[in-house]
Amino acid sequence: MTAPTAPQGRLPHYVSTAPFDPYSVELMTAEQERYFLASQWKMMWWKLKRHRLAVISGAILLVMYTSILFSEMIAPYNLHSRFTDFVYAPPQPVHLFHEGKFEGPFVYAFHYSLDMDNLQRIYTPLDGETLPPDMTQAPPAELHKLRFFCRGDAYEYLGLIDGSFHLVCPARDGTLFLMGTDRLGRDMLSRIIQGTRISLTVGLIGVTISFLLGITIGGFAGYYGGWVDIIVQRVIEVLRSLPELPLWLALSAALPVNWSPTLIYFGITVILGLLDWTGLARAVRSKLLSLREEDFCTAAQLMGASPSRIIGRHLLPSFMSHLIASATLRIPAMILGETALSFLGLGLRPPITSWGVLLNEAQNINVVVLYPWLMLPVLPVVIMVLAFNFFGDGLRDAADPYK
Amino acid sequence: MLSYLVHRILIMIPTLLAISALTFMIIQLPPGDYLETYIAELESQGENVDPAKIQYLREQYGLDEPMIVQYAYWLGGLLHGDMGYSFEYSQPVSKIVGDRLLLTFVVTLATVLFTYIVAFPIGVYSATHQYSWSDYGLTFFGFLGLATPNFLLALVLLYLFNRYFGISIGGLMEPEFVDTPWSMGKLMSVIQHLVVPTVVIGTAGTAGMIRRLRANLLDELQKQYVVTGRAKGLPPLKLLLKYPLRMSLNPFISDIGDLLPELVSGSVIVSVVMSLPTTGPMLLAALRSQDMYLAGSFLMFLAMLTVIGMFISDLALAVLDPRIRLHGGATK
Repeated sequence: MTAPTAPQGRLPHYVSTAPFDPYSVELMTAEQERYFLASQWKMMWWKLKRHRLAVISGAILLVMYTSILFSEMIAPYNLHSRFTDFVYAPPQPVHLFHEGKFEGPFVYAFHYSLDMDNLQRIYTPLDGETLPPDMTQAPPAELHKLRFFCRGDAYEYLGLIDGSFHLVCPARDGTLFLMGTDRLGRDMLSRIIQGTRISLTVGLIGVTISFLLGITIGGFAGYYGGWVDIIVQRVIEVLRSLPELPLWLALSAALPVNWSPTLIYFGITVILGLLDWTGLARAVRSKLLSLREEDFCTAAQLMGASPSRIIGRHLLPSFMSHLIASATLRIPAMILGETALSFLGLGLRPPITSWGVLLNEAQNINVVVLYPWLMLPVLPVVIMVLAFNFFGDGLRDAADPYK
Repeated sequence: MLSYLVHRILIMIPTLLAISALTFMIIQLPPGDYLETYIAELESQGENVDPAKIQYLREQYGLDEPMIVQYAYWLGGLLHGDMGYSFEYSQPVSKIVGDRLLLTFVVTLATVLFTYIVAFPIGVYSATHQYSWSDYGLTFFGFLGLATPNFLLALVLLYLFNRYFGISIGGLMEPEFVDTPWSMGKLMSVIQHLVVPTVVIGTAGTAGMIRRLRANLLDELQKQYVVTGRAKGLPPLKLLLKYPLRMSLNPFISDIGDLLPELVSGSVIVSVVMSLPTTGPMLLAALRSQDMYLAGSFLMFLAMLTVIGMFISDLALAVLDPRIRLHGGATK
C-alpha cells in the first residue's frame, strides 16, 4: 500500500454558507413521521385494516348492531302479528320473472289445503303450474308484488314513537313470509330480525359486566399480590373448574318465577357475566404483577397516587387494547350461552324474543323433518359467532405490539 | 414426583370444598324449598295439605335448621357416599343416579378420546401446511363447529342417522335392548348410539384444540433448532416427530383443564335434546322442580369430573415434562 500523495499546495479554507440543521441526519420522511407519532389506537387500526377477514367481519358486526336500532322498520311484520290462516307456512321465495316476463320482485300466493290422511297442512304456491292436492286443475297464478318504503303494521318505535314505516311490505291483502311462519302463524323473518336486538345486547351487557369484574378483581390481585392474590387465584381456579352450562342453568333456575320478562333478561345477562370474568382477571393479574415493578409505577406511588388511580390511570391503559380484544372473543360464548339457556326453557321467556327463544320451538325432531325453516334462527347465530371470532382474532393480532 | 403428587392432591381438597360450598349455595338460592313447591302442587290439584305432615317432613329433612347446619349434614353425607334424599322421586339420590353417572362418565370419556384422535392429525397437518387451501378449509370447518349451537347439530345429525342408518332416535340403545342384560348386541347398539353425541359434543372442543395445537406447533417450527435439524439433513418427518411435535404436545395435554368443563357443559344440553340417560335431562328436571339434593349431587359430580380430569392432566404433564415436576407446580 502506498501512502496517499499529499495534495498539491494548500486548499483554501472553505465554510459552507448554507444554513445548518444539526438534526438533519435524524429527519424522517413524512410517512415515517406519521408512523412513529401515531397513537396506539391508530397503529391498531392500520394493522387491523390489513387483516381482510377481520375487516369484513367487523363490517358485518357493524351492520347487525346498527340494524337493532331500526329492527321494527326492517322487519316486514310486527313481532306478534299473527296470521291464523298461515300456520307453519313454508318460506315464500322471491321471484323476479313470471312466465319469462319481468315482473319485479314478487312472491306467489299460497293455496292452503289440509291432507286429511295425516292432518298435514299443505301450502301450494299459485304459480299457474303446481297442482294443489285438492284440485283437479292448476288454478291461475297469483302474484303478490313486494312494496318498498311503505306503510305496514303499526308499531311503537322504541316504545315511544308511533310509526308504520317499513323497508319492505307484502302486497296489499297479500303475504310475505320469506322464512316461513311458526306454529302461531307469525312471520319468522320478522321475529328473527327483532330477536337480534335482544340476542346481541345480551352478549354486550354480559361482557361489560365481566369486563368490569375482571379488571377490578384481577387489578387488585395483581397490584397488591400477597394474600389477596392467593384468594383470588383460588376463587378463579374453582370457578374455572366448574362446567359453565350446568352452573348457568342452576343460577337461572334460581331466578324468581314472578319476575317480569325484562327483569329476567337482565338477570340472565348478569348471570352470563358473573361467571365469565375469570379469564380476563387472570390476564390482568399477570400483566399487573410485572408492570407494578416498573419505575413509572413507583414514581406514581411516591407522588401519593391512590392504588385505584395507579391501576386505572397508569397500568391498565398500557394493555387496554389487548384486553378489549380478548373481551370481544368472549361475546360469542355469551350469545351461544343465552341461546342454549333459552332453548332449554330456563333463559329468556316470551314475549321477549331472542334467537334462543325462537329456537326453543325447534326443540323437537318433528320440526327438523316437517318444518325445517323453524331452525333458521340458527343462521344469524352462526354468522354472529363467526364474525365475532374472526374480528376478535384480528383485533388481538392488531393489539399485539410484537407482531 | 411423589412430593408433587402429594402437593397436587392437597390443593385439590380445598378446591373441592369450595366447590361443594358453592354448589350448596346455588341450590339454596331459589326462594322457598322443595316442600313449598310440593305444597303448591298439591293445592293446585285440589288436595288438602296437612300442616302437621308438612311440619314433620320439614323436620325430617332438616329444612328448618340454619343453612350452615344443612350444609354440614349434606357434606358429611357426601363423604361417605350418601348423597341425600330426592323429594321428587322419594328415593335416596344415590339409587337414582348411579347408572346415569356412569353413562355420563362413558360419554365424556368417549368425547375426550374423539377430540384427541380428530384434533391431533388435523392440527399437525394444518400447522405443517400453513396458509395452504387445506389449512384454510380445515380452520374454517373448525370455526363452523365452534359457532353452531350443539343442540341443533344434535337434532339434525339424529335425523340424518335415523334416515340413512336406521338408528333409533333418542336414548343410548335400541328400544328392544332397554332392560335386558348386557350382551354383544346391546354393546354394539350402545356404541352406535354413542356416535352422534360424541361427534356433537366433541365439535366445539375439537375446533379449539386444533387451533391451539396449530398455533403451538407453528411457534415451535420457527425455532432455530428446527432449522439446525433441517440443515443437518434430518428427514422432514423424523424432524417433525422428534422435536417440535413433542414440544407442542405440552399444552395439548394441559388443555384438558379447559376441555373438560366445555365437554361436560356440552353433554348436558346435548343429552337433553337426545334424551340420553345421562345426568343432563335429570339435572334440568331437578333444577326445575327445585329438588335440591338431586340437583346438588349432579352439579357436584360434574364439577368433580372436571377437577379429577385436571388432576390427571397435571400428572400426565409432570410425567412428560421434567420442568413442571421440578418446579413443584407452583408456577404457571
